[in-house]
Amino acid sequence: MGQLSAGKRLVMVLVLSAALITAGCAGGKESARPGSGTGTGEPQKVVLNGAGASFPFPIYSLWFTEYNKLHPNIQINYQSIGSGGGQKAIIEKTVDFGASDAPMTDERLKEAPGKLLHIPTVMGAVVLTYNLPGVGTGLRLTPEVIAGVYLGKIKKWNDPAMTRENPGAKLPGKDIVVVHRSDGSGTTNIFTAYLSAVSPEWKSRVGSGTSVGWPTGVGAKGNEGVTTQVQQTEGAIGYVELAYAVENKLGYALVKNRAGKFVEPSIDSVTAAAGAAQNIPEDYRIMIVDQPGDNAYPISGFTWLLIYAQQSDLAKGRALLELLQWALTDGENMVSRLLYAPLPANVQDMVQKTLKTVTYQGQPILK
Amino acid sequence: MTTRLRITHEGLLRGGTALFALAVPAVLGGMVWELYRASAMARQTFGWHFLVRQDWDPVAGEFGALPFIFGTVVSSALAVLIAAPLGVMTAIYLAELAPARWRRPLSFTVELLAAVPSVVYGLWGMYVFAPWLRRWVQAPLGAGLGFIPFFHGPAYGIGMLAGGFILAIMILPTIAAISRDVIAAVPASQREAMLALGGTRSEVISRVVLPFGRSGIIGGIILGLGRALGETMAVTMVIGNAPRISASLFSPASTMASVIANEFAEATTRIYVSALMEIGLLLLGVSLLVNILARLLVRRLGVNAQ
Repeated sequence: MGQLSAGKRLVMVLVLSAALITAGCAGGKESARPGSGTGTGEPQKVVLNGAGASFPFPIYSLWFTEYNKLHPNIQINYQSIGSGGGQKAIIEKTVDFGASDAPMTDERLKEAPGKLLHIPTVMGAVVLTYNLPGVGTGLRLTPEVIAGVYLGKIKKWNDPAMTRENPGAKLPGKDIVVVHRSDGSGTTNIFTAYLSAVSPEWKSRVGSGTSVGWPTGVGAKGNEGVTTQVQQTEGAIGYVELAYAVENKLGYALVKNRAGKFVEPSIDSVTAAAGAAQNIPEDYRIMIVDQPGDNAYPISGFTWLLIYAQQSDLAKGRALLELLQWALTDGENMVSRLLYAPLPANVQDMVQKTLKTVTYQGQPILK
Repeated sequence: MTTRLRITHEGLLRGGTALFALAVPAVLGGMVWELYRASAMARQTFGWHFLVRQDWDPVAGEFGALPFIFGTVVSSALAVLIAAPLGVMTAIYLAELAPARWRRPLSFTVELLAAVPSVVYGLWGMYVFAPWLRRWVQAPLGAGLGFIPFFHGPAYGIGMLAGGFILAIMILPTIAAISRDVIAAVPASQREAMLALGGTRSEVISRVVLPFGRSGIIGGIILGLGRALGETMAVTMVIGNAPRISASLFSPASTMASVIANEFAEATTRIYVSALMEIGLLLLGVSLLVNILARLLVRRLGVNAQ
């Protein structure tokens, strides 16, 4: 998922970069010395490096700066280089943690020299936006219609499947211009996971991933590109991440969920989707699309941090785990400010337990 | 003592500069080697079929470069078709016909086009040019000549045609500037000979200047082509990014450079990264070939002119 262009985030990112650079200069001489207890009671300086997904970059930056204010001896650097880069970096151990918008495949996990854990941090969602003069927010879309449009089978806006659910809307007999992301993205991963969940044909013909072989439509780069293309083309439909749609006040669709309700995408309805998820696996590698629950928005998903289950450096391991403990409690309270959806309470509890399983030389790091 | 010191000094200078000069080909060689190594998995999996396969399905792990080769070749060819006549005519005007006091500011403006960052062309293309193209070019063409495969299908604005036009604008300064220099290098004696025989200005241009500078002008066009082949950002923003081969200039397409820019950051499987690396290797190879060809042609002119 691309970064938001909204001023608030941009300013924040700039301030953070400046802060990180100055912090980096100031702390340059004292690098982390693993396992060296000074005994003077002065907290040991620890530098954590991470890299990966761009979608959660704004919230990670905020978290890491805030955490640094609370614990001046802990400094965390994060590079937003994309999920693929994040996975590669943690496999090659060039970073202390990776980040990814898509869960790692079994094949990829086997490349890592140790067991990797997926730690969900925040949630994203995908909304459908469109350009139909006279039709504002609130077009009602069923899973069958969304899949049909993106498969190229529903070609006109006044298709019976479309008009049946929207008796009041004036839907024209125009071609539907399908817009999708051209760059690999977590947004696409969530959206295609959803289509695979609701449409057997999509699952067999296309499948899900950060990039897929689209059967139809034009590709535009980033959330901005998709929005521009939709806004410039009458009759276009596209998908963008929730935060982007909310901040830019785009018209978006209500989507029929598994409970048969048309749900408006919002921070609450996204969190509800994870809260309603019945069986979140131990390794958290799950796409929580199309979940039950009356208020669950069906096109939602996690983004993850990737850490090793066995840490090779006690000081860094402890700092990393304490950071995550904080992020999943106090940190979650600040995510909706940046229009991410926080993890529901039951998932937060689950993750806290997972963090306690992380070891250094066979011993759990956290008590 | 002093002589020995001086020799050492000279030797140091020679050795040091040689080291830096050799670093450049070493970097190029390193890049080729790294791309070759990183694309090993894709080369072993797909072999030479990679060049002719049309599938691009990251989910299934099926990769083929043909749609991107097609997109790169067609968009660049389109750009050259548009930019070459414009560029050469601009050059003739600037070197032969423009009033003396206009030459410098006009030349400067043309060269300024080359200084515009490509992302700015991309933004302009996306927000201004593509909608204009859809409304005033594609819509009437589609309505009147839609039966011709070239103009078939819905008009999105962005697509192969928009990509070709953007590239044409971007390579225009290269072609115009080199052609102008080539034309200016035609010896005055040659022109005077033609004039002395009673030739008109247009005869001087068509019978002396253009034949004399032909290889240099073609070299300039090929350098422009080289730039078009590798151009990434602006093309990505206007070409529509669909790995499909279509006869219609209206339909979205994708180039070798754009697919790498689009998909590399989030490519999460090894075969996927490897396939993108192989496309990078292909692109580098094609660009090097085109540039070498252009240099050879431009150099031939240098020999002729002496």
